[in-house]
Order: sequence, then C-alpha cells, then structure tokens
Amino acid sequence: MSRLTVPKTYKLYIGGKFPRTESGRSIAIENQKSEIVAHICHGSRKDFRNAVESAHKAFDSWSGITGYLRGQILYRMAEMLEGRKEEFAAAIQVTQPVTNAVARKEVDASVDRLVTFAGWTDKYQQVIGCANPVAGSYYNFTIPQPQGVVVAIAPQSPSLLGLITCIGAPICSGNTVVALGSEVHPITTAIFGEVCQTSDVPAGVINLLTGKNKELLEHIATHRQVAGLYVANPTKKNRTLLEEGSADSMKRVHCVAFDESDWYDNAVTASPWEIEPFVEMKTIWHPSAC
Amino acid sequence: MHTPVDTVMVEQRAKSFASRSIKTESKQQGLRLALSMIDLTTLEGKDSPEKVRALCTKAIQPWEGEIDPPLPSVAAVCVYPSLVQVAKRALEGSGVAVASVATGFPSGQYPLDVRLNDVKEAVCAGADEIDMVINRGAFLSGEFDVVAEEITQVRTVCGTAHLKIILETGELETLENVRLASELAIQAAAHSGSISDGEVFIKTSTGKVNPAATMPVTLVMLEVIREYYKETGIKIGMKPAGGIKTAKQALHYLVMVKETLGDDWLTKSLFRFGASSLTNDVLRQLVRQHTGRYTATYDFSEA
Amino acid sequence: MTTKAQELSGWEYSLAPETTKIDIEQKNKLFIQGKFVSPKSRSWFSTINPATEEKLADVACAGKADVESAVTAAKKALPKWSRLSGSQRAKYLYRIARRIQERSRELAILETMDGGKPIKESRDVDLPLVAQHFFYYAGWADKMQYAFPGANIEPVGVCAQIIPWNFPLMMAAWKLAPALACGNTCILKPAETTSLTALRLAEIMQEVGLPEGVVNILTGAGETGKLLAEHKSVNKVAFTGSTAVGKSLMRSTAGTGKKLTLELGGKSANIIFADAAIDQAVEGIVSGIYFNQGHVCCAGSRLFVEEPILDEVVSKLTHRLRSLRVGNPLDKNTDLGAINSQEQLDTVERYIRNGTEEGAQLHEIHSERLPSKGYWCSPCFFTDVQPSHTIAREEIFGPVLSVMTFRTPQEAISRANNSPYGLAAGIWTNKGSKIFEVAKKLDAGVVWCNTYNKFDAASPFGGFKESGFGREGGMQGLRPYVRLQNQSRRAK
Repeated sequence: MSRLTVPKTYKLYIGGKFPRTESGRSIAIENQKSEIVAHICHGSRKDFRNAVESAHKAFDSWSGITGYLRGQILYRMAEMLEGRKEEFAAAIQVTQPVTNAVARKEVDASVDRLVTFAGWTDKYQQVIGCANPVAGSYYNFTIPQPQGVVVAIAPQSPSLLGLITCIGAPICSGNTVVALGSEVHPITTAIFGEVCQTSDVPAGVINLLTGKNKELLEHIATHRQVAGLYVANPTKKNRTLLEEGSADSMKRVHCVAFDESDWYDNAVTASPWEIEPFVEMKTIWHPSAC
Repeated sequence: MHTPVDTVMVEQRAKSFASRSIKTESKQQGLRLALSMIDLTTLEGKDSPEKVRALCTKAIQPWEGEIDPPLPSVAAVCVYPSLVQVAKRALEGSGVAVASVATGFPSGQYPLDVRLNDVKEAVCAGADEIDMVINRGAFLSGEFDVVAEEITQVRTVCGTAHLKIILETGELETLENVRLASELAIQAAAHSGSISDGEVFIKTSTGKVNPAATMPVTLVMLEVIREYYKETGIKIGMKPAGGIKTAKQALHYLVMVKETLGDDWLTKSLFRFGASSLTNDVLRQLVRQHTGRYTATYDFSEA
Repeated sequence: MTTKAQELSGWEYSLAPETTKIDIEQKNKLFIQGKFVSPKSRSWFSTINPATEEKLADVACAGKADVESAVTAAKKALPKWSRLSGSQRAKYLYRIARRIQERSRELAILETMDGGKPIKESRDVDLPLVAQHFFYYAGWADKMQYAFPGANIEPVGVCAQIIPWNFPLMMAAWKLAPALACGNTCILKPAETTSLTALRLAEIMQEVGLPEGVVNILTGAGETGKLLAEHKSVNKVAFTGSTAVGKSLMRSTAGTGKKLTLELGGKSANIIFADAAIDQAVEGIVSGIYFNQGHVCCAGSRLFVEEPILDEVVSKLTHRLRSLRVGNPLDKNTDLGAINSQEQLDTVERYIRNGTEEGAQLHEIHSERLPSKGYWCSPCFFTDVQPSHTIAREEIFGPVLSVMTFRTPQEAISRANNSPYGLAAGIWTNKGSKIFEVAKKLDAGVVWCNTYNKFDAASPFGGFKESGFGREGGMQGLRPYVRLQNQSRRAK
C-alpha cells in the first residue's frame, strides 16, 4: 500500500504569521487534469484590513533601517528562494501547463529580480535624488522617502515573478506591502510567505493575500491608511474604480501594462523609474554660513 | 552660553530694511536726524590741533548755506586723547559733545594700567564720552572674565563720562561672537554701577579694521539691546562706525533702528553714526531736496 | 544757520506709491493659436482691484467651444513642437525669460493691481522667480537624457494647466516652463480673479515668436477649468489649488490614462526648538505666515513652540507684528496687501471668529492706515490653540497663525504629522543632527531648516499625502511632463 501523503494547508501571510482567512472560506484549486489538488484561502475584507494594520505597524522600523540592511534582507530572500527552487517550479506547474524548464526559468528570474532590488536599496536614492544649486546661501537637496503602506495587485501571470516584482519595487525603498497574488495561479503566492518568514524580513513588511480581487478592490481604493497602489495590468473598469476611490486620500496609483516578456526584463520592471512611483521626493533647505 | 544666531536669516532681515522706500518728507526728516547723530571723527596719526578745530567748526555748523528749518549740529566730535582739550575749547557752548577714543585705541594691546590711565587723562581733559576698545585677544581665547573685568574698570574710571564699548566686530568675525560680546559688554558695564539711559553704548568698530559696521552686525547688537531693555528697562545706546559713507546707507540704519528698537532710540542720545565722509553726503542730499538742484562736491566744506 | 544742540527724535515713513502707470485693455480676449480672440461664448466677467474694489477690466470667459478651439490648437501644434530639437526649444524659453525680465516692472505692478499682493513682493519675489523658472527649464530642453538615465523620453502631449490666484504669474511659469522644455503644448487657465498678467505673458509669447498654438491661454471660472481638464484630447492635467478641487479632478480623470499632477492645500508645521536662534526664528514665523497675506499653500500656519520658550516667542512675535505695514499694495513699504477677494476675506474672517469661539486667544495688531475700500485683514495669531481646533486643522489661506506647544522632539514630529496634509514644514534649532532627524521624519515635501518660504527654480516643490503629488521645480519638476519609454506599455 502506498504511503498516504501529507498535503500542505495553504494560508494567508499576515504580520509574520500564517492565519487562515477569518471568513473561513476557501477556493478549490484544480490541476491540469481538473483534479482538486489544494484549497486556497479566500481572503476577505477583514483579512485585508488586518494586513494593512500589520503593514502600517511595520512601516516605521522597515523605513527606518539603513538601505544597506534592507539590501541584506532582500538578498537573503533571494538565497532562500534559490534553495526552494524545485518546490516553486512544481507549484507553478500545478495550475500552468508549462514544462519544468519553463517553470524553473520563472523561478530563476524571480531570484534574480530579488537580487536586483536588493542592490537598489542603497542606490536608487543617488539616481533619483540630487543636490540642487539654488541661487542663494543655502544647501539644498532632494531625497526620496517611502510612502507607507502600498497595496500590490500582482499580475495573473507570471505568478511568482510578477508577485516578486510588485513587492520588490515598493519594499526596497522602505514601504511595506499588502500583496494580492494571482487569482488563477495562487499557489506560489500561498507559499512565498514561507520564504519571507525564513529570511529575516520583519513581520508585517510583506503581507500576502489570496482570493478574489474583485471583492477587495473597492476597500483597497478607499482605505485611508493605504498610501500607494501598484496595479499590474488592470482592466479599464478596475483602473477607473481604483483611481476614483483613491481620490479621497490621494493615493499614488501606479498602473502598469506589462506583457509576459516585460516581466522578465529588468530594464522595464526593475529600473529606478519603477521604484520612483512609491517614494515621495523631499526637498530640504538649510542656510549655509558661519 | 552662546546664544545661537543664524547668519543667513539675519542677513535676510537686514536686507529687508534696505528695501524700505524713504521718500519726500520722511527722507528730509531722516537725513536731518542722521546728521544730528553723527560722531564726526578724525583718528589719524597726522591729526593736529588745526585739523581738529576745522572739524569742530564743521560739527557745529555742517553747512554754511541757508536752509529752513536750520540744520542741526552733529552729535559729537571724536578724537584721540591728546586732542581732547583742543576740541573741548572749540566746541564750548555749542552743545556738541567731545568724544575721545581711549584704552590704547585701536588695538588695545597695552598693559591695563596704561589703558586705564589713557581713559583718566581723556576724562580729565574734558571728554564727555569715552570710546573704549575691548580686549579681543582675551575674548577670542575664551577669557571672558578678563574682558568683562577690564570693561568694568574702564567704566569706573570714566566717572560721569558716557562710555561707548567698541567690540571691533570685524575681528570677532561671527555673529555669535558679536552677540556674546555685546551681552558681555553690557553686563560688565552694568557691574560697575547703575546705568541711566544712553550712558553706555555698544559700538561696532574702530574704523581701522575691515569689515567695519555692517547692517547684519548692527542688527544683532540691536537685538541684544532690545533684550536688555526688556529685562531691565535700561536703554543702552548703539553706534555703528566705519563704512557708513552714504546718506542712503544712513537711512537704512535708521529704518533698522526704528523697526527693531522703536522710535525711542531714534535720538542722538541713544544712536550715533561713527563717520566722517557721511556728513557731506547727507548734506548733498538735504540741499538737493531743498533746492531741487543736484550739487557738486565742492559745494560743501571739508573738515 | 544752526540751532544749537537741537534734539531731533522719532520718524515716520512717507507714502511711497509706485507711480508707473500701466495701460490696461478694457476687453481682455482669449489667447488661442497665437492670436487674441473674442470668446465664442460671448461671455465676459470683470476683474477688480481688491485694494480699491474698482473694476480694472473685462475678461473673456471661455466656454465649451473656446476650450475646443484651444485644445485643437494645442493638439495641432504638438507634433512640430515636440519634434523640434531641444536646443531650439531652449532658445524660445530663453527669449521668454529675457522678455519677462525686460517687462518685469510692468508685470509686477499689474500683478499687484489685479491680485492685491504688495509691490515689494511682486517686484522682489514673484517676477525674479518667474524669469528664473524660464531660464532654468530652458537649459533642460536639450539635456533631458541626463535627467532620466537609461530611459527614452517622450513628451506627454497636450497639457491642461489650471492655476490659482495667489502667485498668478509665478504659477504660470511653474507650469509652462517645464512643460514646454519637455516638448509639450499647453493650455493655461488662470484663476478668475487674476487673469491679467497671464495675458501679458501671452503677449510675450507673441513677441518672441513662439509657434502658434504651443501656448494657449483661456481665462474663465471653475467651469472653464473643468471643461478643459475633462476634454478627451488632453493628455495631462496639472492643477494647483484647493484639495477639494484636486480630489474631484482625480475622480474625473480616473481610468482615462491622463497624467495628473496636483499641488494642493497645506497646514504646514513650523517647529521652533528651545535651542534655536530665536530672533531669526521669529523672522521665519513672520515670513512663514504673513508672506503674501498668508495666501500661500505652504504657509507655516501651525506654529509649534517648545514649551520653555513659548512666552519669549509670543512676546517677540507681538513686537515684530507691530512693524508690519498693512495697506495699499502699490506702496513700496507695504508688507501685507489686500486679501484677494471678498469671498476669501469672508472665509478668513469666519475662521478668526471660529478660533475665538472655540476658545483660542486672539492676538492682533490693528493697523490705523487701512483704506476704507478694499479687502483687508490685519495679521494676527492665536495662542491657547488645541490640536483639535478648526483653526489648527483646516487651511485658512490668510494671515492667521495658530500657536501650539510641544515638549519633546518626538511630540513635535507626531503633532506636525497629525494632519492629512503634507506640503511643507519648518524646523528651527541650532543642532545639526536634530535638524536631519526631524527633517527626515516629517511628512512634508519641502522642509525648511532655519529658514522658511524660500523658493528657487532649481528646487523641487510639492507635497506628500493630501497636499498632492508631482513636483515643480528642479530636475524632478521635469518628471510630470514626460513619459519614459519603459512606461509606454502602461494601461492607457
């Protein structure tokens, strides 16, 4: 008699913990043969609220540490993901009809993407900030500062690389993130929390939700504690809804329309101009005299 | 105990006084006021009794022409101690005071007893006002008690003569030093006995060091005076000296005094200009306003 | 003849009015496609001098058809203008800058007559900054690739630029200069009460031979701005003004793919630590709140004073207030001019009443020189203000300061940040390390340390949070007017 396997229970990742959704709902995930292989948490409005609370709590310390240290932590995430390549490649293949080689390519790109953002943590400031030669006796400079809690709505595919890109851009500058993973390929999102948890990312910096985005969009748009949105490939209707709802608290909304190949291209998705939408430029004046 | 001073903001404020537009009647009044506040000064190695007598004549009657109302005399004539007697005699009965620099002016680098004696002799010779220099060397090496003690002793020997304490701000360099030296000078002067209004002045410069008086330096000193008045009710006088050459500059200073200390200080008993070439420029402007014609330099006597 | 020992004392300034006469057109038309044209709407409104309540002129009120003409003109001019080499575009901007310098006295006087601000400020602050802005961005036009390393840069397209009445010409420069440098074409909509100088700027555009349609100027009211912003051929909306209007623009452009920048209201904190240079800090308080009658979005309207020095600061501020001269804006010695409109005066007065009703203590110096006609408000401040009071939370946009206290740096930071706004802040302390720490933690786009209300074309300006987004000035001021190629794939 063959051994009975022990399947993983997929949960949310909020505040460094792995809670089940408070709603008790789940979504069955079918493999390519239409067999139910897993149940994914169907996150709710309250899960989202809790995730924002956690992200908000984590913001002061995450934005307060040095860029160098954030870089170390992001690099550690890359190391941990590298070590679990096979698991992630397999997770990709559960819902996607791709070869192992293709799945591994996405995981490799995801690891590399984390390394790219790890490197940006203490450099993007020098690219987008500057000293300003004002016409007077003042020392004047402009520096970027993170916005706060950013909600990232990842693309449907590539599910892992897209998720990591949407998270990496905001967190490398010190924002904290609540990410909504791919709805159709959610398993990578559900297990990515384990990478976060084992790689020194402080609790609350990254929060991961799975479920149905549609029921959360309005709450995302109108939550006043959310400072910015990274929205991958929105429909016109969703974009309108998010931008309209964002008006009240003046969220910074960054919508991108990247195709599959864009996600693999660092120059497109990991340039400083993709970090810049999640920072505020602060200009400081000080007189210069004895 | 340094009170912080922010140079750039002081400069910004000082500049704002210079942007006041002083025209017509107020220009006329301001120039007369400025004239009445001048300490007409000669402090050269080649000074002689004849030169001083000429200066005194100019001091009493700055311009020979007719103008209505008549022009005021200047406030004082300022000379070296050896020429005090000459000046005293020439100014007798005119209401113009005799001021004498003393305390080893301009460097002050002499033994204390020599400096004190310098003051005594000037007072004995009839000086109404003594312009002393502080010990900048001691100040910059942090010996504030030495500086203060010397000021206290000088004031004591001054007796009833008024005292103007020259900080030589050009050598102190920073505005924080100016502020500290101003506070210290006033405190030290007060230490030798109560001060009545206008009995003690603080003064920027000897005129022998560059930069001499500037508006930012003067502003910081005025702010110290304002604070001392608020604490004690005593009015200390102010004398910028050196570098004020034009009527326009003089009006800027008056604006600064008015807006920093108020109208009370707009009198020669509390504000003076230490200057020599200023007089004729003020006269040129006054006469120009009076006659409507531009004047030539030779229209005004040199002292 | 001389009176002996004459004791002169006291002194008052005489009137010093600016005497240069400015000719003002009685009918001020729209500027479309390089020409002044009568409005198709056939609608006009009058603009008055807020210091005298006298009518200055009639101004065209652009309607739907006029907006259509202007957008068409801008759209038509776009391909050629955007393909012009950067160095050629630069030269047009340099020419504009030079003409502004040459006509600066006229422009300053008109700015003061139409808007009520003191001539001293329009002459010494506004106009020099207007010229500097064009000079600064002129130089960027052929250097864009160095501002955005690694990206291919394209202009956004047709820009609708809607500006407020507090710095009419300066806001026009802040909007037009970077937009033109980047190769965009523009439709500028000045504020209803201050249209006249923008139309002189249009004359300058003609004088320098700027290609027709590159800049169009539509005068009108809020409705004109709304029509413009919502026009479907507009690719970019840049707005400076109230947070309420900013939010409605955000809603109306949602989902359209229009690029948006907003520079909105503020309730900026000016923080005075006990170790500050207090006399200079008081100057900073004054320039922070009384500059331009307090009609400044970044005005330091919330003053936080460290408890031990509260009395000293209040006493020095009271003393300083007495030397402020309120009155005829054309007098060169006026420090505070007229409130821009009756409506704004009503708002300011309502807040002052509200402050008193809520229990705060009003300190004001009444000026005896105020003319009988015109809209006037003497500079004032409130003490005993609680953070929950309306005057401590809402933007007043007038010469009214709310004074509060704090005990520790942490408390100062959290009180300062306890606001939906985040435009600017001031910090006064003699300690360098404290400056950097507090500056870092304040939610504000501009932090003035030991100074306040300083502006420069090279220095970016703009807010955090509900004070808007996007920057004007400096290298970052180019960003709102370009699309970087890597982003061209974004959802339209």
